[in-house]
Amino acid sequence: MSHEKTSAEQIQYLKKVERQKRIILWLRVLMLVILIAAWEVATRAQWMDSFIFSSPSRILNTLIRLYGDGIIWLHVWTTLWETVIGFLLGTIFGILIAIVLWISETCSKVLEPYLVVANALPKIALGPVFIVWLGAGSFSIIAVAVSVSLIVTVLEVYTGFNEADIEKIRLVKSFGATKKQVLKKVILPSSFPVMMNSLKVNVGLSWVGVIVGEFLVSRAGLGYLIVYGGQVFQLDLVMTSVVILSVLAALMYFGVQLLGKGISSKY
Amino acid sequence: MIPAVTVENISMKYHTIDGEITALDNVSFTVSEGEFIGIVGPSGCGKSTLLSIIAGLLEPSDGKISIFGVQLKGVCPKIGYMLQTDSLFEWRTIYKNVMLGLEIQNRVTPEEIHDVETLLKKYGLYMFKDRYPSQLSGGMRQRAALIRTLAVKPDILLLDEAFSALDYQTRLAVNDDIYKIIKSENKTAIMVTHDISEAISMSERLYMLSKRPGTVKLCVNIHFAMNDRTPLSSREAPEFREYFNKIWRELDVHVS
Repeated sequence: MSHEKTSAEQIQYLKKVERQKRIILWLRVLMLVILIAAWEVATRAQWMDSFIFSSPSRILNTLIRLYGDGIIWLHVWTTLWETVIGFLLGTIFGILIAIVLWISETCSKVLEPYLVVANALPKIALGPVFIVWLGAGSFSIIAVAVSVSLIVTVLEVYTGFNEADIEKIRLVKSFGATKKQVLKKVILPSSFPVMMNSLKVNVGLSWVGVIVGEFLVSRAGLGYLIVYGGQVFQLDLVMTSVVILSVLAALMYFGVQLLGKGISSKY
Repeated sequence: MIPAVTVENISMKYHTIDGEITALDNVSFTVSEGEFIGIVGPSGCGKSTLLSIIAGLLEPSDGKISIFGVQLKGVCPKIGYMLQTDSLFEWRTIYKNVMLGLEIQNRVTPEEIHDVETLLKKYGLYMFKDRYPSQLSGGMRQRAALIRTLAVKPDILLLDEAFSALDYQTRLAVNDDIYKIIKSENKTAIMVTHDISEAISMSERLYMLSKRPGTVKLCVNIHFAMNDRTPLSSREAPEFREYFNKIWRELDVHVS
């Protein structure tokens, strides 16, 4: 308890926890440094062919060159906005559909087999269909991203809705709650952790959808750079794009995590 | 005087693919205003079903319920329902939890807020109003659950195994606590429990249901010679054992 005097053992324990945390952090940083250094040394010493494996210094040079051209922003922005839009659409529509399914049991029973098949289907297979329907551009790429995250969101959130505490539902019904009130007061708030989790999963899925979409059809974007770099055997370009991609994906993930913490602290 | 609750020839049948189950068969009794009624019976005798019917959450297959002489149709604001677990919403503070019923019934007015705060103060929860349920003890949580029910000002309280999730010591204390609150607020109460001691210690009259299909098998008026009985003092009264033995014999419990 905070108001009691902290004992020497407690202080020691806290110090130990703190020390362990620091060690883990240092080990993480060390691992990254070793990986980069080993990669650099191995390519410099010609143990690995830097033409095929690239190298940290070549990646850095490529990054500087792309930055100097100003060309990098076009690719980053293209991929980023496609991903954000795909992520938002997939998540929002996923949750809305889950709400509809929860409201109408008949609807959910009728749609169940369709959802199961749609979930099992590799959504990438629909890529050419989207291209024909929506044209060879960003709309098709976003459509691929949405198709990858939508069904998973529906299934996961709907399952979350159905796991809401029956006693709580009975309780609000005993107060005379309407179905809308049950949804607002019980189902949605108690499924908040599930929805947050679904959001985090969707960050990853949207990136997958957009990059694959860009592989199929694009004139710009990080996925385009990767495919282009692969075709002209510029592994530096491929690796650089992958590095940018991992940084962006990580930032977006932490952004969503922060958002979740912000919302749940307001409850 | 019009009874608070009239239960007339209530029957309940459940239909499943495998067939029909009669849960309740022709159950009738009346409860006067201010009375504390206990309902006991073997597990699966339909006592919780009966309470759900009185709460208006379930429609009986046959028979009718009247509340102060008016036939019950659906959920009635005169009735407050307490369930097996406290069912406090862990994402709401205690204050927001006790306001739940008023929110749902669109009755959040300055007067009602004032009355809720009075209840919180009277029963020692006001200083915890901004805490979350997880920060409260089991007994406190049960109190908060009762105040949530009382906040909408029901005349009749239904307690459905309301203490069964608590450990034994807490349960005895909470029995006493809740009983005193119900009596001081002058509410009519119907309590369903599988615990004979609990039923005897709290009720003024006790109905025993038979095995499924549940019918009223026995009605016992509980009377103690002492004044100002409480659930704890009742348990120590000499009559307690007699009542217990009588009901135990009738309950006819067999293991195996």
